[in-house]
Amino acid sequence: MKTSIARKVLMALSGLFLLLFLLQHFLINFLSVISPDSFNEVSHFMGTNPLIQFLMQPILIFGVVFHLGMGIYLERLNKKARNVKYAMNKPGTNSSWMSRNMIYTGLMVMAFLGLHFYDFWIPEITVKYVEGDMSGLLASGEFRYFHELQEKFHDPIRTGLYVVSFVFLMLHLLHGFQSAFQSVGFSHRKYTPIIKKLGNLYAIVIPLGFVFIAIFHYVSHL
Amino acid sequence: MSGKGMNLTLKIWRQKNAQSKGKMETYNVSGISEHMSFLEMLDVLNEQLINEGTEPVAFDHDCREGICGMCSLYINGEAHGPDRGVTTCQLHMRMFNDGDTIYIEPFRAKAFPVVKDLVVDRSAFDRIQHAGGFVSINTSGNTQDANAIPIPKADADKAFDAATCIGCGACVASCKNASAMLYVSAKVSQFALLPQGKIEAKERVLNMVEQMDEEGFGNCTNTGACEVECPKGISLENIARMNREYLSASITKES
Repeated sequence: MKTSIARKVLMALSGLFLLLFLLQHFLINFLSVISPDSFNEVSHFMGTNPLIQFLMQPILIFGVVFHLGMGIYLERLNKKARNVKYAMNKPGTNSSWMSRNMIYTGLMVMAFLGLHFYDFWIPEITVKYVEGDMSGLLASGEFRYFHELQEKFHDPIRTGLYVVSFVFLMLHLLHGFQSAFQSVGFSHRKYTPIIKKLGNLYAIVIPLGFVFIAIFHYVSHL
Repeated sequence: MSGKGMNLTLKIWRQKNAQSKGKMETYNVSGISEHMSFLEMLDVLNEQLINEGTEPVAFDHDCREGICGMCSLYINGEAHGPDRGVTTCQLHMRMFNDGDTIYIEPFRAKAFPVVKDLVVDRSAFDRIQHAGGFVSINTSGNTQDANAIPIPKADADKAFDAATCIGCGACVASCKNASAMLYVSAKVSQFALLPQGKIEAKERVLNMVEQMDEEGFGNCTNTGACEVECPKGISLENIARMNREYLSASITKES
């Protein structure tokens, strides 16, 4: 934690962990498009399994908070490393916009997480641990998860906010995915170009997939 | 050579000394040949300033053939100007057009304080080098012939490529975080790849990185700007290698 490289490695590892989490989140959400019943069942499992609730969930929250906190800390250090700015600077000639604006795209994703927690996580915690209803059922006897998901995307403004947020996530991942491998010291003439391509694929497909799911549920209630 | 040459407007950072504030000032030069190097163009300006009785612009230069790493300058928003794979002394005026306005600033980093005008103090690089950028040898008179140790061609080539770093600081100047990772990684790699350097490899990388941080350079965000602007084309692979070396050294070091 004391040196620049250690901090960057931890930033990369927490980022890679969040990439894995995002993949499973996407796969489960995608079930809501192809099979509401399976989505309900998996959601109920994820929401009630003690290992996931009391081990994986705290690790995930720690990972998110750590990645955010370290990102802000590094940004402050980096700003201090150049105390006088250039009168004329053309960073666009030597680096991508995404790579230079990770803090801003990252903060936008975090702002989105605030909304996302307000939408899903806080109600979920309230139902399960405040009201003590672990059944996952509606009064009608059906599972509540798919119903709750659909209800949220009835609002065009919320759907729009989700879509915009995923664009920021895409920009963040377009640099973040391959950058994480470089930070942990992985660089190979043959495999690094493959990782870069895989990173671009992930960064585009997963956020667009989330956008598709949000729009799918918005459109399906119209 | 075409006719009268170019007329240029120069916006140059002027700063009396390390303590004074400094500001951009505007100068005009005329009759600049497209065959001149950028530094020769500055020489013309300085002749003009001296004749006018004003203080010439201080800038670093030495060999003027792209080897010493002494010349610097942030020209029109890029380290060593708009050309690629060149130092400022190798930058030709043909890269500019008649009537252009050219911004000339010192390399900016907290670890590279301005000494005067465009001259910055890059001794932070020397201190990083002193922290471990060497191989300790016995100079008793019976030193072994270097060629007696077989080295794979690929390793020798990579070590040589890393060793072409001239320590100019363009990487730091170009990095949005003023990070010195490309420089330090080149200096770590040129030894880490060779058997002679492996003996002190762990201490070297740990000490050099520690010194790098102490000097106040920023952290690497992997934007790759350094590699693009490096006059010697030092590869980002070196940064990954240093990260690996650093990780394994910090995990396995004794005491």
